[in-house]
Amino acid sequence: MKVQAKNISLCYNTCPVLDQVDFEIAEGELVGLIGPNGAGKTSLLKILAGIQQPDNGELLIDGARLDEINRKALAKKMAYLEQGAPAYWPLTVQRVIELGRMPHQNPWQALTDEDHDIIEKAMVTADVHLLRNRTVTTLSGGERLRVMLARIFATQPNVILADEPIAALDPYHQLQTMELLKQHCKQGGSCIVVLHDLNMAARFCDRLALLNLGELVQDSHPEALLNSNNIEKVYGIRAECIRNDNGLWIIPKERTHWDEKT
Amino acid sequence: MSTDHFPIAPPLVNRQLPLLLLLGIIMAMCFVFALQMGTANISILSAISDVINHRESLDALILVEIRLPRSLLAITVGATLGMSGAALQGLLRNPLAGPGLIGVSNCAALGAVISLYFGLSSLFWFALPLAGMAGAALSVILIFALAGKSISATTLILAGIAVNALASSLTSLALNFAPNPYAMSEMVYWLLGSLTNRSLNDFLLAFPFMLLGWGFILASGRFLTALSLGEDTAKSLGFSVSRQRILLVIGIALSVGAAVSVSGNIGFVGLLVPHLLRPLTGYEPGKLLAASGLGGAILVLLADICVQWISPDQELKLGVVTALVGGPFFLYLIIRTRSTMP
Repeated sequence: MKVQAKNISLCYNTCPVLDQVDFEIAEGELVGLIGPNGAGKTSLLKILAGIQQPDNGELLIDGARLDEINRKALAKKMAYLEQGAPAYWPLTVQRVIELGRMPHQNPWQALTDEDHDIIEKAMVTADVHLLRNRTVTTLSGGERLRVMLARIFATQPNVILADEPIAALDPYHQLQTMELLKQHCKQGGSCIVVLHDLNMAARFCDRLALLNLGELVQDSHPEALLNSNNIEKVYGIRAECIRNDNGLWIIPKERTHWDEKT
Repeated sequence: MSTDHFPIAPPLVNRQLPLLLLLGIIMAMCFVFALQMGTANISILSAISDVINHRESLDALILVEIRLPRSLLAITVGATLGMSGAALQGLLRNPLAGPGLIGVSNCAALGAVISLYFGLSSLFWFALPLAGMAGAALSVILIFALAGKSISATTLILAGIAVNALASSLTSLALNFAPNPYAMSEMVYWLLGSLTNRSLNDFLLAFPFMLLGWGFILASGRFLTALSLGEDTAKSLGFSVSRQRILLVIGIALSVGAAVSVSGNIGFVGLLVPHLLRPLTGYEPGKLLAASGLGGAILVLLADICVQWISPDQELKLGVVTALVGGPFFLYLIIRTRSTMP
């Protein structure tokens, strides 16, 4: 599935959040959205997910405008992981993951055997099958993220949009999550992730889109984008970029924009 | 990772049906018991056979004209309050919400008070329920005018507070300028909430609106369950959040407006019942709706039985009893959720 955002602009009241951003993703791509806090990453992701309406510009999914597409049909193909993975009632983990089948169910229909198989698989894939009887509100932030990831796999979408999916995870599960998303893309799906970990972004993403103050600074291969120049300009830090056989490593050293950032 | 060491649990048994059956049986028992309650000592069985065989007897008259409407109203009003409480708590993701919150109850009460003030109900018998429903409809229009079309949960609550304040001040105004002491006591008694002296016609007028409202609310079950994961996630699961929210508020207004217009204000049922039943439905907002409907029916039937049992001369009002029980429970609820609420 191909997702294209053309000339997207968004304002909250009079404060511009996104300014004429063009972005697209093709099948098989794992694209990272990076940038400092408030750069517009989450807003762009929500617009790409069809959750938020942009003030200007349009979203095309396989060439069709969003308002021409049935919301339920879209939900089968596109899944969204909200930042922080909120849960408001103490549902069981298994029930939360079952909700991932909702776009495939008819209103009064119960889960079929096939649905249950898919749910079991999703739980094992995201490594949450041991948590299945826990209530989701008693889990840690990282555990909850993995439960929501399992919920997304239960939907069996084509495009996964994930807002900071590894922010609260331990190193083991950070790697596991990125590997799962990579594998999803190798199987013909695609994935857009908001990331703060530049090393993970360099290592797993096929392409990076660097946002700053609502503008798309650069959209290219990680090797071409992640250099000390860009990092200093956008993040206001001096970072060491080491290239070796294992890839590209970024080590933040010190802040440079003292006055502007504090 | 292999699953060999962890036996795959059988799919969770759908525990909803047994719960609904149990609540249904309890409700039926309360209903039968409520039909026995009353100052006159009649035989229900002979009254029923009289009704079936079209024999005109005093027993049949008391059953059909007095006890049946009262019990049917207890069931439908209770079901409305329970179900709409569960729906609002799910919509606002807050266990402290209730049908009184968005101002529907108070506006319906205002409509009814206005019709009592002008003595409209002496002109035609359905003036009171009609004015109540008009008040409820007005509250919804006001809420949408205040909060706009794509309302957030917070704006909905704020709009509800504004509408509530307006409705209760106008109600006070009507009481203030009551044309005579009789009209005043009529309005006050009506506001206290009661099911005494309601006719089968009152029930038949309000019932279709309640039924329609229930339809809207029950159809939102899946949406409310998806909303447990937040509005954005619910949208990504294929729900049009703003449209569903509007349908739900319309459903609540229809059913609560109709209920309040025949019974007056019966508080705390919509708050209490969903809270008591939530653990039994796995904390799932969608499954809570039907269960809370039955639970509300049981609670109001029981409260009405209590009222008739404590004071057969019918001085004690139903709304007073539910508020006396509900008030302390509400305080307890706030104290208990204080630590967990953001």
